[in-house]
Amino acid sequence: MTQATKKETPLTLDVFTAGIWKENPVFVMMLGLCPVLAVTNSVLNSLAMGIASIFVLVCSNALVSALRNFIPRQVRITTYIIIIATFVTLVDYIIQAVSLDLYNKLGAFIQLIVVNCLILGRAEAYASKNSFTKSVVSALGMGLGFTLALVMLGGVRELLGAGQLLGYQVFSTQFEPWVVMILPPGGFIVLGSWLLLINYIQQRKTGKLIAADSASHCAVKSESFS
Amino acid sequence: MSTPENQIPEMPSSAKLISTLAVVAMISGLLVVLVYEFTKPIIAENQRLATERAIFKVLPKATSRLTFVVDKDKLTLADDKTIGELIYAGYDKNNQLVGIALNAAAQGYQDTVKLLYGYQPKSGCITGFDVLKSTETPGFGTKITTDPDFLANFKCLEAKANDQQSALAQAITTVRHGTKQNAWEIDAISGSTITSNAIGRMLNQSGQALHPVIAKNWNLLETAKLHSKNK
Repeated sequence: MTQATKKETPLTLDVFTAGIWKENPVFVMMLGLCPVLAVTNSVLNSLAMGIASIFVLVCSNALVSALRNFIPRQVRITTYIIIIATFVTLVDYIIQAVSLDLYNKLGAFIQLIVVNCLILGRAEAYASKNSFTKSVVSALGMGLGFTLALVMLGGVRELLGAGQLLGYQVFSTQFEPWVVMILPPGGFIVLGSWLLLINYIQQRKTGKLIAADSASHCAVKSESFS
Repeated sequence: MSTPENQIPEMPSSAKLISTLAVVAMISGLLVVLVYEFTKPIIAENQRLATERAIFKVLPKATSRLTFVVDKDKLTLADDKTIGELIYAGYDKNNQLVGIALNAAAQGYQDTVKLLYGYQPKSGCITGFDVLKSTETPGFGTKITTDPDFLANFKCLEAKANDQQSALAQAITTVRHGTKQNAWEIDAISGSTITSNAIGRMLNQSGQALHPVIAKNWNLLETAKLHSKNK
């Protein structure tokens, strides 16, 4: 979000990829955790929720960005909420039209995208300060990052909780499903495990960098200090 | 942002604030109306298909169906858009009645569970159901559609109307897992007692109200398809 203050930064690939890994909304920024924990009990639910969120995120950020010079600061949050709520309502109708089964499975969580802090957060922190194209690209990256995180959680939970992936039996029927995995506690356990793994990888990465960096300096420094 | 954080920006006139909100709300309204009008027929069609699928699932022998609306003790032929308590009669190729599909609903663990069940008036058996709406806990409440012991209840769950045609001869009750003794009792799933109870309650409620009506209108139901063909 350092680019936010400098309007003239060009559109780079980094704007897109930041949301997927470096600033992943779930694993790094920890935004929108309510749907993350609630609907990720299967891959299909995660994917549907992810796509719905991408749609709302991209459309609302596009509109917020397009109207950013027109919206007075005092009513900006109200305006963002109206815009977000509009697109959520659209998604709600569209999902009902595409598949009632899916709609019944996702339940109230479609409507609750309105209060997903990821979407409002991006509107306030990014779209309201950046050009239309950059906002759309960044929203797309963030949305994909969010979906990726949802699917990563959903995959583990469905595999352990039901022995299936996308409805296909993976483990033999002898496998006793860990029912806890598809219940809310399972969401916390899996999210925690992913965070542990990802932070471990990142720490090792930065650790190596520091080590490599200091190794070259240390040789000189340690001599001069001793 | 052109104004630094520590400096309070000048308050724009209320007219500007109001007009901004009005414009945004108008755009929003327009979008919602457009999509609503576009998806409305598709959603209605989806709902119809879902009902249709459920009817033929609970009445596997049926090849066609007729819809009736319940009006106190009477049944009248209706279409799917009729408002009121609807029941669906399924017929085979020879226009013989093979069973009746009825709606039932009751409060489950989280929210109302709605289902459609198949009833054979001839034998007085409830022979299966299809869940239309449920938000029960995955892995527990959802077992009602997968647990083989529970589904065995619906080989023939007795739900005959009594001789006076005023109620069920025997109220349907849910009993603790493994203690089922009579044909009108439902053997609960251990671990999903609340949902099992909800199923028992809703079937009892619907049966008490509608099975006597079905018994009274037996002739109409049996011959309706033949008549509609002859017309």
